[in-house]
Amino acid sequence: MTEPGKRRDPAHRSRLLLTDALTTGTHGLRSRRGRTFLTAIGIAIGIASMVAVLGISSSSRADLIAEIDELGTNLLQVRPGSDVLGEGAKLPEEAPAMIRRIGPVDNASSVSTLDTDVRRNRFVENTNGLDVLATEPQLLTTLDAAISHGRFLDAGTATLPTVVLGSVAAERLGIIDLRGGPTVEIAGRIFAVIGILHPLPLNPDIDRSVLIGNVAAEQFLGAEIIPTAIYLRADPDAVEAVRRVLSRTVNPANPNEVEVSRPSDALEARARVDENLQNLLLGLGGVALLVGGVGIANVMIISVLERRGEIGLRRSLGATRRHVAVQFVLESASLATLGGLIGSGLGAAVTYAYAEQQGWRVDIPIAALGAGVVAALVLGAFAGLYPALRAARLDPADAVRPA
Amino acid sequence: MTDRREPRLQLLDVGKDYPGNPPVRALDRVSLSVDDGELVAIVGASGSGKSTLLNVIGTLDRPTRGEVIIANQRVASLSDAGLAGLRSRRIGFVFQQFHLLEAVSALDNVATGLLYQGIRSGRRRAVAADALRRVGLGHRMNHRPPQMSGGERQRVAIARAIVGDPAIVLADEPTGNLDSRTSAAIVELLRDLNADGATIIVITHDRELAATLPRRVTLHDGLVVDDTLGHVGAVEVAR
Repeated sequence: MTEPGKRRDPAHRSRLLLTDALTTGTHGLRSRRGRTFLTAIGIAIGIASMVAVLGISSSSRADLIAEIDELGTNLLQVRPGSDVLGEGAKLPEEAPAMIRRIGPVDNASSVSTLDTDVRRNRFVENTNGLDVLATEPQLLTTLDAAISHGRFLDAGTATLPTVVLGSVAAERLGIIDLRGGPTVEIAGRIFAVIGILHPLPLNPDIDRSVLIGNVAAEQFLGAEIIPTAIYLRADPDAVEAVRRVLSRTVNPANPNEVEVSRPSDALEARARVDENLQNLLLGLGGVALLVGGVGIANVMIISVLERRGEIGLRRSLGATRRHVAVQFVLESASLATLGGLIGSGLGAAVTYAYAEQQGWRVDIPIAALGAGVVAALVLGAFAGLYPALRAARLDPADAVRPA
Repeated sequence: MTDRREPRLQLLDVGKDYPGNPPVRALDRVSLSVDDGELVAIVGASGSGKSTLLNVIGTLDRPTRGEVIIANQRVASLSDAGLAGLRSRRIGFVFQQFHLLEAVSALDNVATGLLYQGIRSGRRRAVAADALRRVGLGHRMNHRPPQMSGGERQRVAIARAIVGDPAIVLADEPTGNLDSRTSAAIVELLRDLNADGATIIVITHDRELAATLPRRVTLHDGLVVDDTLGHVGAVEVAR
């Protein structure tokens, strides 16, 4: 106290405790509850839509992945491609046997598309775009298919004039079940329907087919059995390896005339397509969030204008410019965080409701909830920066003066 | 200077200009010394420079010329944050329009007077309760300003100004928004606080009010034209 103006004693500086900074930073929010809530809703909508987009697509993907897991990703399909002249190539007759000889192949079955039509009976012209396929009894195992009515072809029925219908084929032919012993007509011959398959998500072409035994096809339709598709199940750990050697095994002379595919890839592609849509929706949610942020900045600027007196008072009580700036940044950040909390809750609720309604397993990404709150906090702090600087720059002498 | 008590405030040849063409001279060669325990009225008509003087004494504004020394601190040598520190501990303000926080109780309003000293909330409230009792509002601690009369609000504001036991209490038209009976009570309160040792400077345009205070400094056109203590324009300051 002796040397005027020379002291740098920290005991004489203004100080604001952290807990007091937090209380001060929410003072404005607590005194204007209605406005606080409405402003927070802006942020909440942005966060809620982003969380819901992530949650819904994650639930949908979880469902798809579960489906893929259930169906297995080890089913491979071999089809004839085209030769160098662009003509349709053929699979060699011994191809199925060659494939069965590959070590990690558990089993393989071939189907042959017959050049004939199927109808409900001879009075019906419409062939419904259905294929007639000749195949072998173990196709059921290879495709992991399930029977909804009757039974599949076996060693006995494969030699008789009997058919098994794919799910779509049965529907189009108007055969719901096997009551009354339904029959179909193929090339003028009557075939008894002995079974109907459940839908096969990985093999929609089988769904649209009428299956008969190879022997029956040769015997009753005079068909020549040339495989048009071979299905095989490989050891799940060796699927890629099997895939690489398939073409050469099936047709060593012309491996490029063989098309190898994995039906489950289509489902996985669907998951990726969802990702694009998800990014688009996330972007829209981001725009909503940004608009919410601008709303907060606006409200904060208005708040600074309205609270000149309070700012002046705080400066006269010893608040530094920094204390005032911190107060308004904290206020803005807590306002946005409140919005983030509401939004995350709302987003989770929407996800839950939508997934339940779709019959999906509910998968609410916890990380997205946390990220939503943190994003809101950061956005709020940024939105509050400019209003806070304006508040800090207010001339205290002006601010305490009656308006 | 030996027969004097410690000066709490010293102004030496203080001038303040506001930018303009020509610049507005709000204060001119103001010299003033206020000692520990004084109760001083600064009187003047509207436009005499009272508000500017209040801002300069309260360190809310810096003078264009001259020296301001508060509690032995040379204001010119302090940074903005340094001035804030000075205000937080050495100066208590009472405003005409009270400037209370409407959403919080009288007790918390008074406790805000200690907020920027870094004192914990529990201690702040305890000291604030004492201050409220000193201004006669011990029974109204948990009421919020909108539930109080004008006189009560000003008492809360005065309690907030004295809660940190500052070197100077600056009251800017403390009775400006009050009826005459309430005004008299507020002036009485200020006198009581002064009797208990507080150094108080009251800025007012009300000559009647000023006449009841022991010392009057009269401002006119930015100049001190009268000081009942008799050192017009010639206060000696130990440098």
